[in-house]
Amino acid sequence: MMARIKSSKLIWPLLALIVLLALNGFFTPGFFHIEIKSGRFYGHIIDIMNQAAPVMLLSLGMTLVIATGGVDLSVGAVMAISGAVMALLTGKSGVFMPAGLLLTLILCVIAGTWNGLLVSAFDIQPIVATLILMVAGRGIAQLLTQGQILTFHDSSFAFIGSGSFAGLPFSVTVVLVWLAVTAVLSRATAIGMFVESIGDNTKASRYAGISVNTVKLFVYAFSGLCAGMAGLLVASGVNAADSNNAGLYYELDAILAVIVGGTAMSGGRFSLIGSMIGALIIQTLTTSIRAQNVPVEFALVVKAIVALAVFLLQSDAFNKMFAGRKAGV
Amino acid sequence: MISKKHIPLAATLAVFALLYAAASVSFEGFFSVRVFTNLLNDNAFLGLAAIGMTFVILSGGIDLSVGAMIGFTSIFIATMIQRYHVNPIVAIVAALAIGSLLGASMGCLIAWFKLPPFLATLAGMFFARGMGLIISMESIPIKSGFFKAIETFGYNFYPVTTIVFLAVVLIALYVAHFTKFGRGVYAVGGSEDSAMLMGLPVSRIKIMVYTLSGFCSALAGIVYTIYTTSGNATAGTTLEMDAIAAVVIGGTLLTGGVGYVAGTVVGILILGTIQTMITFEGTLSSWWTRIAIGGLLLLFIFLQRFIQTRAQGATRK
Repeated sequence: MMARIKSSKLIWPLLALIVLLALNGFFTPGFFHIEIKSGRFYGHIIDIMNQAAPVMLLSLGMTLVIATGGVDLSVGAVMAISGAVMALLTGKSGVFMPAGLLLTLILCVIAGTWNGLLVSAFDIQPIVATLILMVAGRGIAQLLTQGQILTFHDSSFAFIGSGSFAGLPFSVTVVLVWLAVTAVLSRATAIGMFVESIGDNTKASRYAGISVNTVKLFVYAFSGLCAGMAGLLVASGVNAADSNNAGLYYELDAILAVIVGGTAMSGGRFSLIGSMIGALIIQTLTTSIRAQNVPVEFALVVKAIVALAVFLLQSDAFNKMFAGRKAGV
Repeated sequence: MISKKHIPLAATLAVFALLYAAASVSFEGFFSVRVFTNLLNDNAFLGLAAIGMTFVILSGGIDLSVGAMIGFTSIFIATMIQRYHVNPIVAIVAALAIGSLLGASMGCLIAWFKLPPFLATLAGMFFARGMGLIISMESIPIKSGFFKAIETFGYNFYPVTTIVFLAVVLIALYVAHFTKFGRGVYAVGGSEDSAMLMGLPVSRIKIMVYTLSGFCSALAGIVYTIYTTSGNATAGTTLEMDAIAAVVIGGTLLTGGVGYVAGTVVGILILGTIQTMITFEGTLSSWWTRIAIGGLLLLFIFLQRFIQTRAQGATRK
C-alpha cells in the first residue's frame, strides 16, 4: 500500500495542494468558510475553482499535447480569437447564441488543426510551429476587434461564465464535463495509449503501426478546441472580448499546470487529474497571495519558486543526487 | 555559387533587401540615413536580447526570461538612481551583474539537473517579472545628469543605444566564429552526446551560454532605460517571442547547431522595417505587425524545412 502511494505520481502535487490549502486556512481567517446566498455557495474555495476554470480547460488539451512530446504555445492567442469571434457573431451580428458558440469552436478547432498540420505533416518543431499562431493569432484577434474591447451582452451566453449550477459556478460544471469527456476519449479508447506511446518513442510507435501524424493532428486540434472553450468562458465572465489581454500568458500557466501535475515535458505518461490539481495549485497560490495584503506581483515570484521546486523534485538528476546519498547506492 | 549552409542567411538578406526596396519605392523619404539610423536605434534593445538568444538557440536551448529581464533591469536602475541616489554607473554595473547571475543560475539548473530549458527559463521569467513589479508598479522617469549627457551625446553625435548594439554585434561575431567557446556552442547544439564524447565541457558551455544571455538581456534593459529615460517594470512584455522570431527569421535552426549571429542582425532589421513601414503607411494598425511577423516566421520555417530535406536527400544518395 505504502509503496503504491509512494510510486504514484499524483502524490506530490496532491500533497502540495493540501499543504497550500492548510497554510491558507492557518493564515487567512475564514478561508474555508462557505456561505450560501440565494441557493449559491460563496467563499475563497469556490472563487479558486471558478478562477482556475479557464486554465483547467486549457491544461486538458495541453496535457495530451505535452504527452506526445510537443507543446502548444498558441492557446492564449486562440483564446483571444475565440472571444473576439463570439463578440462579433453574437454580440455584433446577433447570431443565435448556440450557433455562435458552435461556429466559434469550429474555428478554434481549425486553428488547432493548423498547428497539428505544421507539426505532423511538415514535421516542424512544436515550439516553432505553435509560435507562429501565438504571434500572428493575437494580431488576428486585435484585427477582428480593431484593437478595442468589444462589450456585448447576451443573457444566455453570460450564464456560462457567471451563472451557477447546483450551487456552484457554472464554469465548474463545464470543467467537470470536459474532464469527463477528455478522460473517456483518452482512456476508454486507445487514443491515450497512442499518445503516451508517441511521447515515449515516436519511431517505435510508427514501426508498431500507429498513425503518428493522425494522433498528433488530433491532439493539437483538441487543444485548439479547449482553448476556444477557455476563451469563451473568459469572455462570458466579463461580457466582453479583450483581444489585447484575454489569454495573455495563459499558455505558460497551462504548461506549468501540466508539468506541476506530473506529466513530463519530454512526453510519455500523462495524468489528466494531475493537471487539474496543477491548475488548482497555481490558482490557490495566486488567490492566497491576494488574500494576504501583499502585492499581487509577489504571486509571480512565489509561482516561480514553487514551479522550480516541483521541476527539481521530478528531475532524475536531482533525485539521484539525494537518493544516492541516503541509500548509499 | 553560395554554399548550402549559407542559403538561409542569403534568403534572409534577400527578404530584407526586397522589403527595404519596396518600402523605399512606396514611401517618400524611406530611403534615408535618418530612417535607417532610427531603425537601429528603435530596435537596439530587441537586438541585444536577440543576440544573447542566438547563442542560447545555437546551443540547442531557449531563453524565455529575456523580456522579463529587460523590465527588471529598467525598473531596478530607475529606482536605484531616483530613490536611492546611487551613481548611475554603479547601478548599471549592478544590473549587469544581477542579469548575469540570474542567467548563470538558470544555466546551472539546466546543465546540472537536466531541467528542460523551456521550463527553467519560464520560472526565471516569472521570477524576474515578479521582482521587477515588486520594486515598483509605476514607471519612474529618470532625471539624472548622466542620462541627460547620454541623450545630448545622441542628439549631437550618434545615439549611444545604437553604438552599444553595434559594438555587441561585433564582439558576438568574434565570439561565435573565432573563439573556443563559440565552436563549443555550435558543437553542443549540433549533438550534445558527440560534444561530450569529444571531451568538451558541455555543462560549462551551457552555463556560460545562459550567463551570456542574461548579460545581454540586462544590457538590453539598460539600453531600453536610456532609450526611454525611464524605468518600467512591464517593459519587454512578450519581447522574448519577438527575439526568438528574429533569430528564426535570421536563419538559425531551433534544433541548435546551425545559424549565424549576422543572420539575427538582419532578422532584427526585417522586424524593424516592417514596423517602420506600418508607421509610414499611417492607416495600418499596429496589429498588422504581429500578423506580418507570423507570416514571415512561417515562410522561413518552410524554407529551412525545404533546404533540410534536400540536404538529407543528397546525403542519402
